Amino acid sequence: MQIILNGEAQVVSGPLTVSQLLEQLGLGGRRVAVEVNREIVPRSRHGEHELNHDDRVEVVRAIGGG
Amino acid sequence: MEAMIPAMQQAVASDALVIAGKPYTSRLLVGTGKYKDLEQTRLAVEASGAQIVTVAIRRTNIGQHPNEPSLLDVLPPSRYTYLPNTAGCFNAEDAIRTCRLARELLDGHELVKLEVLGDEKTLYPDIPQTLQAAEILIKDGFKVMVYTNDDPIVAKRFAEMGCVAVMPLAAPIGSGLGIRNPYNIRFIVEEATVPILVDAGVGTASDAAVAMELGCDGVLMNTAIALAKNPVLMASAMKKAIEAGREAYRAGRMPRKQYGSPSSPVGGTVF
Repeated sequence: MQIILNGEAQVVSGPLTVSQLLEQLGLGGRRVAVEVNREIVPRSRHGEHELNHDDRVEVVRAIGGG
Repeated sequence: MEAMIPAMQQAVASDALVIAGKPYTSRLLVGTGKYKDLEQTRLAVEASGAQIVTVAIRRTNIGQHPNEPSLLDVLPPSRYTYLPNTAGCFNAEDAIRTCRLARELLDGHELVKLEVLGDEKTLYPDIPQTLQAAEILIKDGFKVMVYTNDDPIVAKRFAEMGCVAVMPLAAPIGSGLGIRNPYNIRFIVEEATVPILVDAGVGTASDAAVAMELGCDGVLMNTAIALAKNPVLMASAMKKAIEAGREAYRAGRMPRKQYGSPSSPVGGTVF
């Protein structure tokens, strides 16, 4: 299936949970926040939230800023 | 170090900056952008003595060195109070979305710096959009420190609606032009019911001292430190300027006079 990850189309093999996606990206255990189709998926639900075809996924972090 | 006399110790100790019910000994808040690298960020923040640091919320770089140290590794949230900002937002909706992501990212953290910009050239705030965002964020449980212009009426409005701090600009963000309108900053301070912090426009230590002498409760700055030739040294200078300005404000300056007034007794000379 295809998802839009941080604005770019990516082909991933499903079924895939948010946790599994983060693991694949090397972001497992990192401090990030995830939004799917503009709804926040809380960290406690990363393991159960399954992604669907065409989901728009945002993975954000804190960086330097003023 | 020379021991402080008890009276002074007491005066210094009782002068905490309280934001949303939490006391801070430092009145300097710093941004973490524009530094050469994370090590310079860490050293400058340390030298500034700041306890509150602003951060931006951005997309993770997918596929790029996920094991690189992050800002949260060098500035541990256990030691610093994070102030996620909504920099780069030009409407209320984006700002609210950014704050909600920040809250998730930082485990329910509620303190945010709201800024909704009006145009890319001046980076002046869009006040109607900022008011709209503040209202929704406050209802949603956020503790909002709001970046605004130096309009005293607008500042009062933000305080009345429940913002925990109002942060007027001294000059455009990143301009380093100093306190362009000290009279307005003073009006805002005089009417204040919540902490007033100058946010943006400070260029060097004397600007920070002026803000504090005007009675501001603190100053938030980024570029003045990050773009100094020696950011760590400037961070230390800013720390002292904030402290000096605050003490001068509390001490109460002498009245200005038009003519000279001798400092030594006029009588008792030998001639």
